[in-house]
Amino acid sequence: MPKRTDIKKILLIGSGPIIIGQACEFDYSGSQAARSLRAEGYYVILVNSNPATIMTDPVTADKIFLQELTPDSIKRIVESERPDAVLPTMGGQTALNLANILHEEGYWEKMGVEVIGVDIDAINITEDRQKFRNLMETIGIDQARSRVAKSLLEAKEITQELGGLPIVIRPSFTMGGSGGGIVWAPDQFDKKVMRGLELSPVHEVLIEECLVGWKEYELELLRDQADNVIIICSIENLDPMGVHTGDSVTVAPVQTLTDKQYQKMRDAAILMMRSIGTFAGGCNVQFAVDPKSGRMIAIEINPRVSRSSALASKATGYPIAKVASKLAVGYTLDELKNDVTGSTSACFEPALDYVVTKIPRFNFEKFEGVDEELTTQMKAVGEVMAIGRTFPESLQKAWQSLENGYAGLGADRDESPRYEIRDRLKKSYWDRTLQIRNAFKFGASVEELADITKVDPWFLNQIQDIVAIEEAIRTRSLQQMDYGFMRQVKQNGFSDIQIAYLVQDNVTEDEVRAYRKGLGLIPSFQLVDTCAGEFPARTPYFYSTYESSTESHVSDKKKVVILGSGPNRIGQGIEFDYSCVHGVLAAKEMGYEAIMINCNPETVSTDFDVADKLYFEPVFWERVNDILEHEKPEGVIVQLGGQTALKLARDFEKNGIKIIGTQFANMDMAEDRSQFSDILKELKIPYPPYGAARSVREAIDRAEEIGYPLLVRPSYVLGGQGMRIAINKEEVEKYVNQIWKLMPDNVILLDLFLEDGIELDVDAICDGDEVWVAGIMQHIEPAGVHSGDSTAVLPPYSLSEEIQQTVREYMNSIGKRLDVLGLVNVQMVIKNNLVYVIEANPRASRTVPFVAKATGVPISNIATKVMLGAKLEEFRQRGELESTLVGFAVKEPVFSWDKFPEVRKELGPEMKSTGEAIAFIADFKDEHFRKPFEMRNLYLSR
Amino acid sequence: MSQTVENMLDNPVCKLALADGTVVTGSAVGFRGETGGELCFNTSMTGYQEIFSDPSYHGQIMMMTYPHIGNYGTADEDMEASRPMVSGVVVRSFSHRFSNQHRTVSLDDFMKGHKLVGISGVDTRALVLHIREKGVMNAVISSVDLDDASLIEKAKNWPSMDGLELASRVSVTEAYDFATGNGARIAVYDFGVKQNILRSFKSKGCSVRVFNSATALDTVLKWNPDGIFFSNGPGDPRAMPGTIATVKAAMETGIPLFGICLGHQLLALAAGLEVYKMFVGHRGANHPVQNLVSGKVEVSTQNHGFAVDKESLHDEIGEISHINLNDATLEGIRFKTCPAFSVQYHPEASPGPHDSHYLFDEFMQDIEKIRGVKSTYVVPDEMIYAAR
Repeated sequence: MPKRTDIKKILLIGSGPIIIGQACEFDYSGSQAARSLRAEGYYVILVNSNPATIMTDPVTADKIFLQELTPDSIKRIVESERPDAVLPTMGGQTALNLANILHEEGYWEKMGVEVIGVDIDAINITEDRQKFRNLMETIGIDQARSRVAKSLLEAKEITQELGGLPIVIRPSFTMGGSGGGIVWAPDQFDKKVMRGLELSPVHEVLIEECLVGWKEYELELLRDQADNVIIICSIENLDPMGVHTGDSVTVAPVQTLTDKQYQKMRDAAILMMRSIGTFAGGCNVQFAVDPKSGRMIAIEINPRVSRSSALASKATGYPIAKVASKLAVGYTLDELKNDVTGSTSACFEPALDYVVTKIPRFNFEKFEGVDEELTTQMKAVGEVMAIGRTFPESLQKAWQSLENGYAGLGADRDESPRYEIRDRLKKSYWDRTLQIRNAFKFGASVEELADITKVDPWFLNQIQDIVAIEEAIRTRSLQQMDYGFMRQVKQNGFSDIQIAYLVQDNVTEDEVRAYRKGLGLIPSFQLVDTCAGEFPARTPYFYSTYESSTESHVSDKKKVVILGSGPNRIGQGIEFDYSCVHGVLAAKEMGYEAIMINCNPETVSTDFDVADKLYFEPVFWERVNDILEHEKPEGVIVQLGGQTALKLARDFEKNGIKIIGTQFANMDMAEDRSQFSDILKELKIPYPPYGAARSVREAIDRAEEIGYPLLVRPSYVLGGQGMRIAINKEEVEKYVNQIWKLMPDNVILLDLFLEDGIELDVDAICDGDEVWVAGIMQHIEPAGVHSGDSTAVLPPYSLSEEIQQTVREYMNSIGKRLDVLGLVNVQMVIKNNLVYVIEANPRASRTVPFVAKATGVPISNIATKVMLGAKLEEFRQRGELESTLVGFAVKEPVFSWDKFPEVRKELGPEMKSTGEAIAFIADFKDEHFRKPFEMRNLYLSR
Repeated sequence: MSQTVENMLDNPVCKLALADGTVVTGSAVGFRGETGGELCFNTSMTGYQEIFSDPSYHGQIMMMTYPHIGNYGTADEDMEASRPMVSGVVVRSFSHRFSNQHRTVSLDDFMKGHKLVGISGVDTRALVLHIREKGVMNAVISSVDLDDASLIEKAKNWPSMDGLELASRVSVTEAYDFATGNGARIAVYDFGVKQNILRSFKSKGCSVRVFNSATALDTVLKWNPDGIFFSNGPGDPRAMPGTIATVKAAMETGIPLFGICLGHQLLALAAGLEVYKMFVGHRGANHPVQNLVSGKVEVSTQNHGFAVDKESLHDEIGEISHINLNDATLEGIRFKTCPAFSVQYHPEASPGPHDSHYLFDEFMQDIEKIRGVKSTYVVPDEMIYAAR
């Protein structure tokens, strides 16, 4: 059936601020949905409170409401805009919940708004464990077995029936599941069951079989209104049951199921999707498989696009959100074409001829006292995905993508001692694959590790093979690695850094690179084509490997590479992807072929529809360099991708690769505290007294000179990582040592802390001739709270025109002195009517999307064009620098404290928020201003 | 270190040579020796053992596009015939060690036991793209002769599949009863029938007797079948005039007929339609097939290098019941001149999705309508969730 013509206006609900468990994957799906619905001629109304999203850009929707996501705010939009339909499946649980609340009120029906893409009843079934259980029972899907016990004796019988310990006990009707848990050993059994029976008001406990250690799988489904169902992707979790899938290392496609097992799972998934309603859209189903018996049971079903469906889209090349939104407006799968091949049907199941590995990224170092053990409660803040021809290659590339200092799966430094590795393996931690590698290095067997970790032996075999290759490299000097051997090594994902570390002679990464290139070993670039090469494909979506021929053909157009920002983490999140996407679009508008390199599957930048060419690769020097040597672009844009891209600037400089925008020497000048202070002195701009130190002794000496309180921080970091306020020399010593534990050899910076100062964040663009201030934001919280964690108001709410003028003058002189070409962000503190400059960052800042949304000026786009040669005057002439802001815009930080109940809620110079929301206010009576203002001093800590 | 890795780093050299002069080097897996055949590829990501033992692949070298093969070992239940049928195996990354609690034999040992030659460490994607452009061609795998020129010569001289009758080589020699049930009696013309087709009939409660491909129709009719099934199988159907005559005669009996793959092509030829050799062929488990009667799409298992020309199908003979959504080729026919239908793809799956299993039920319905025979049956475990 063709698309529906009875609906014209569609309301799309976004997912709001980024929190752990609900991140920028919903910007990816939401913007894809909005774009494709618009392309079909529908009028798209979009609501989201998150300013750092592409979906809330005018390029995405017809009408955008940047406002909070509450039932009332949705109602206001419905009443003014009168949509015919609402699509709530693209905005995560937030959007589904809102749709559900309004459904229960009968609001949609009353207003004549049809809910498309999901059956509301399906949400209820999938969210309510008991309803889900009952339904699965009705359709005959196997689930975890359980029975209610009324006595200890009965509990013992049931446990025996279920095959013995471990088992899960769940006392009936207790609040928050108290008294429940896993019983591992016989000596705990009586006590725990008795306690459960006592706690339960009806003195009953549910005895359930324990699935910890079972294999875990996910399938991504699409269905149309004609009830055609296809499986887009199968995913196998390397981490077994017990670790949240968002925290698990996952691999696509499944590796260890026979066809009979897989088809049975496929059948079950389809049956389950059909059982929860007749809607057209996407769905995610999770299963557990007992490795001993092969028994398969259903875990859960989610009737919406998800983190996994974003991953599945990137892993297969199949645009799930785009197709799901077309299905929601009436198309059937057989009517749609596969975008990737352009010729075959969209109604098929992608075939992969490569392996995809996802590794989650955590930020535990931000939260003192946090429990790092991975459980069923998600803790990851981001993730990386890597594509390789084989699992070993994709695993190593994923480690190179993580940006936590590793050059692959270990083999780049000394291992931790044996006892530490053993301890680390006993529980589930984020670095499990690395610890497995370490254990093999110390001679552990596959059987032993399978027993401890419950990771499927197939994965263990593969990791053991990697270690064996590593050992083979150790027996050779670089010159002893011949073509065949080196090729195997590179095909297994080893980086040049790892090889340099492993070979017997003392060589550098550069020497390894030169040597292997001498052997003729450069990577090939393969196409992600959804069909394993069966049909020609036209989507320019590539990954690197070491095969015999390259499929990425270099065009003769002028081209520019934009480096992405890698995995999301606190301090470097979606805001930078926002800037990257605009960088790509702007470069295209300037007539360049825009090439994107990034490894974050959640983002819009890795949507193969965005750039002219996408390399889904680690933003890791060797991999980036390989691409640059292949593409030979005019230059590289590094200032949009946060610290990730910036860190590579020195390498570009060294290798004679042109940096488009502010030059490395000037970026370095801003980062180097002593050089920057000299500049400020020269420009007669006040700055707090400072010092730099390379030893504890030196740090204390500097601290005593500067005076207390002072800020202690490492250099070259984002989000105030490791930054603390010290009030005496003991604290200075403590903090310096803490920093060095995480970042050895870092130069420590010390600044006098301007207590009770007013902090400002200023974003500007410089085109070489003039500096244009895009926005001045005044923080509500006092200086000392990281700017990312502060509530910021634009324009300033309590600064005199005189002071604002000073701010502009300083921006002008700093921008010009640093020869900024593109964006610059400067942080200032005002104390006793004196404006101090704290730091300057000649790159896109976290606040760029906020300023863009608040003022309606496309800052990232303009900045990119300026980098490529445009002048600010051209934009001014066209009126494009005019702010449309009426009143004030407030940027509100959003935290994910509830994920870390053991951590004390406190704010300081180190950033802890995961996301942000925007609110437009007319005056200061508005609670978006009043509330943070009243509480501004509450959480300030160190 | 483990033996596996010794193999990876230091294993016996093996070469794959194509008739057009392409030679690639890899390492030997399975049986050490030499083999040849038409090089084709399959895009299924699971089910390698089913594929290797599918009689339709008789004499072909099978290249798997999914890089890791051998992950879960082998088991008797995954066999589609009594022995592997492909003449050779080409993979990117062979799993010498496997993981599955219920399996004891690795793919390597399985291949050694059945004298099946294989090569690993090959850039299969490059070869797939090569074949996609140049069309299928013959090839030779060898770990005994490593001389490029000699191997290319052998590949060039390998007998072409074109015009080759192969069904008789894989057909059962003597008729046997596969199942005795309470329902319909199904006579199977075995051109290389996949075991899962027989299992599917058995699961419907049928009595199943399997006949040699050259069996005279009279012999089959004497058994008093309620339905006659023409199986899948290898080779060029146009090289089987005797069989086509038998099929034609069967079409005049009024007994319900069902054909899969080669059987489908034979029914088409018997009805006077044209069959042609495809440039690349369809081999995988993800091809969309639309049922033109219901409008529904099935994700199907495919394995064919020949196809029925849909232009040659005229209204009075029958109508197209199924079509391939990727390239609009003909996938199924419902005949009008007799109670017969046939499909080009594989509703028995194995490996692949169960979406098309309903075709076995449709055959049962035809039989019930015409012969008045009803079967009672129990759904086998692997099919309990099969979507209907």
